[in-house]
Amino acid sequence: MNDTYKTTLPALLIKNARERGKRTAMREKYLGIWQTFSYQQYLDITSEFAAGLKHLGFGKGDAIVIIGDNRPEWLWAQLAIQGLGGFSVGLYQDSPADEIGYVFTLSEAKLVVAEDQEQVDKILSIRDQLPDLKYIVYHDPKGLVDYNEKGLMSFDEVRNLNKDQASQFEIWAEKTSPDDVAIIATTSGSTGRPKLAMLTHMNLLSMAWNLGHSDPKQESDEFVSFLPLAWMGEQMMAVASALLFGFCVNFPEEPDTIQDNIREIGPHLIFSPPRVWENMAAKVRVRIMETTPFKRWIFNLLLPMGTRYADKVLHGDTPTAMETLGYKIAEIGLFRALRDRLGFSRIRSASTGGAPLGPDTFTFFHALGINLKQIYGQTEIAGISCIHKDGEVNFDSVGHPIPETEIKISEEGEVLSKSPAVFKGYLKNEDATAETLEDGWLKSGDAGYFKENGQLIIIDRLSDVMTLNDGTRFSPQFIENKIKFSTYVQEAVVIGQNMDYITAIICLDSDIAGRWAEQKQLTYTTYQDLASNPNLYELISEEVSSINESLQDGTAVKRFALLFKELDADDGELTRTRKIRRKVIEERYGDLIHALYNGKKEINLTACIKYQDGSERTMCGNIAIHELNTPQGEAN
Amino acid sequence: MNGSNLLKPDCDPVHPPETMLNVSNMTLTFKGVAALSRVSCGVKKGSITSLIGPNGAGKTSMLNCISGRYTPDKGSITLNGDEILGTPANKRTHFGMARTFQNIALFRGLSVLDNLMVGRHSRIEYGLLASLLYFGKARKEESAHRQRVEEIIDFLGLSPYRHQAAGHLPYGVQKKVELGRALAAEPELLLLDEPMAGMNLEETEDMARYILDINEEWGISVFLVEHDMGVVMDISDHVVVLDFGRILACGTPDEIQKNDRVIRAYLGDEDGLYQGR
Repeated sequence: MNDTYKTTLPALLIKNARERGKRTAMREKYLGIWQTFSYQQYLDITSEFAAGLKHLGFGKGDAIVIIGDNRPEWLWAQLAIQGLGGFSVGLYQDSPADEIGYVFTLSEAKLVVAEDQEQVDKILSIRDQLPDLKYIVYHDPKGLVDYNEKGLMSFDEVRNLNKDQASQFEIWAEKTSPDDVAIIATTSGSTGRPKLAMLTHMNLLSMAWNLGHSDPKQESDEFVSFLPLAWMGEQMMAVASALLFGFCVNFPEEPDTIQDNIREIGPHLIFSPPRVWENMAAKVRVRIMETTPFKRWIFNLLLPMGTRYADKVLHGDTPTAMETLGYKIAEIGLFRALRDRLGFSRIRSASTGGAPLGPDTFTFFHALGINLKQIYGQTEIAGISCIHKDGEVNFDSVGHPIPETEIKISEEGEVLSKSPAVFKGYLKNEDATAETLEDGWLKSGDAGYFKENGQLIIIDRLSDVMTLNDGTRFSPQFIENKIKFSTYVQEAVVIGQNMDYITAIICLDSDIAGRWAEQKQLTYTTYQDLASNPNLYELISEEVSSINESLQDGTAVKRFALLFKELDADDGELTRTRKIRRKVIEERYGDLIHALYNGKKEINLTACIKYQDGSERTMCGNIAIHELNTPQGEAN
Repeated sequence: MNGSNLLKPDCDPVHPPETMLNVSNMTLTFKGVAALSRVSCGVKKGSITSLIGPNGAGKTSMLNCISGRYTPDKGSITLNGDEILGTPANKRTHFGMARTFQNIALFRGLSVLDNLMVGRHSRIEYGLLASLLYFGKARKEESAHRQRVEEIIDFLGLSPYRHQAAGHLPYGVQKKVELGRALAAEPELLLLDEPMAGMNLEETEDMARYILDINEEWGISVFLVEHDMGVVMDISDHVVVLDFGRILACGTPDEIQKNDRVIRAYLGDEDGLYQGR
């Protein structure tokens, strides 16, 4: 065990302020300018807020809830309560009200830091169900002037409550132990309510330290924090790693300006879930479709040179001299400029985690010269247990375990892990804790195996592996991901448990499929109209057919339908991290699933959609069902 | 309230010192056709006053008289007690007045930022030479102006569009830029000509929110011409109804919704209560 990380987050902040007090710790773009905060300022503001919290009666073991966009205030508030020996609970800003209520009830938080009017309104709307809540602290006063709610105050008011005592922060922080709970992270919970995972200071810091060993970070690095701070991955980068290695965290101006802001900063580090990478790749393609014919020609000429080269390298082969030359030309003619456009001209460490990333996107970024790596882990192990090593990047595996992390495969094929980062348990949910932790081994619920070279391969969620009537086992997620690699597809749901063959419900990517339709001069009005267009069915048929060829025997998709709406987290069809909620889909689109197996060519479907705010809407329309020529199909 | 004498509108004249804008006995004719005849109304300091009426009632003409695009034949317009009728349009901003247009009138080729900076024009005090050299006072002033403009960009959520050409933006965003440019002049009185026209429900709600915030947080009085009755009745302190160039009624939104003459003007003579949107 290493002593470097045997400390606490507030203690690290104090150490940083002492050793590199004048260095820029964070920036926030406000009023069009990157406003900087040094480590000393970071500590000063945190101390003042902590003194305010102490004045309000907060101390050891107390919780505060934080909800909002990525702003410095989130970090200040979080470090402040941690300095008092308490912990923070981060919430996704689009969490529905009942989920927020549930988290408040479990954590007994007396104070919430809610960014702006939108979040304050949301909290106020459920306040009568939150008996513990006494104070609502906001930091963006827009629209809040004439609110006269009890306990509502601004961030600065809290800072000014007890300013004289702020110098005591170091003394308070000393009493926080590395084994105290630092944060509570909500786990996405593909089924039912979220679980609240308790992570200690040492969990977070040991993980940051060990990850830093596999993927080094430096004091001079820049990082842009744009993913929800309630997500473990962002906590790991923007808080634990940033404080441990002393790099600079940048907060974008608005969610809509992230891409521009990344370009302005030119970060060295980035860690994002696949959808961010996929979005970026898709955006490049869209922009290329819209650009001048000459530029499009250059792109279409040079990109394959890069992908061919990257493909070879990723498969462990040595590219030929011609391929290397082609890559060099593409680098000068295209990739350098493209990297700059995306804000990646200085990128050193890029990783993706949370779900598998498609080979196409993977190859695309490697062709661009970005060393994108797959990360594997759970919230319960502070985010990370495996990462690709340099030069050993490939599509199918998630790499090697990071230092101090042991991984073994149970008899049922489940991935188990053990490390100093394994969490303390779920808050007020001992049953779930006992189910997840066994003799210090964390059960992941994922089915996986090790390759000969020691790399871990994840197949799917253990509970998600499905069986056809003839006994063939298959991973729906694996097939779904294959289908989703088609640029025209946004989401896919594969069905087949206890059935004779495999079918799929597919949702189009409205942007790209819409553009394709425009180019083919097909007129359409709404998404529903687009999704019922026979030409689109033809297009997707071709895509699925080519995917079928790459699938194992007996697991080809035989029939599919294009759904008339996009799957949406607000409608409960996806989790916040965009994982499919199969139960909801099965209930809501049961008729469609039935039709996929009764041989009909079309079905009139009525679906009842429940929105985040509780209102309901029914949607109906005809959905065609397409049958593909599969070897299996001919046999039937 | 329900008298039938059309020539004698049932408006309480607004008196100083609470009046910001006072229009009295204003008549505007185009080649003998009266667009406005003997119109009197006012805007109280710190209030949102709305001007409504059927198409062609003279709402925009009225706004144009106030902002100085048209010159009325008779009558007087005072702003904070100063007569502004003789002042040309471009000088009226100095009295603390700014407006937006029904049909967007932005500099299409300029960025959002520059459009808003133009709105600061009346507040710029350095001369041409100083601005060319850009040092000392000019430089300091420029950054103060930029700061103010950035606050407006933040307020209206325009930051993603800051450096984009205004003419290429979606309609709803252009409307916001118009509002931003008017705000950049730091007016005491804001004249808004159908800010919600052509907007979808969400954009309309956002715009209503902005108008309320401008009024409540920044203390700017608002004179609003708008067709969306739902919005007008929701956010106005005071409503003035115009029909065929005359004032039909004045009052609080509740009073206006119950006023027989207003109902008749909008719905014809049939029975039935005005139900908002």
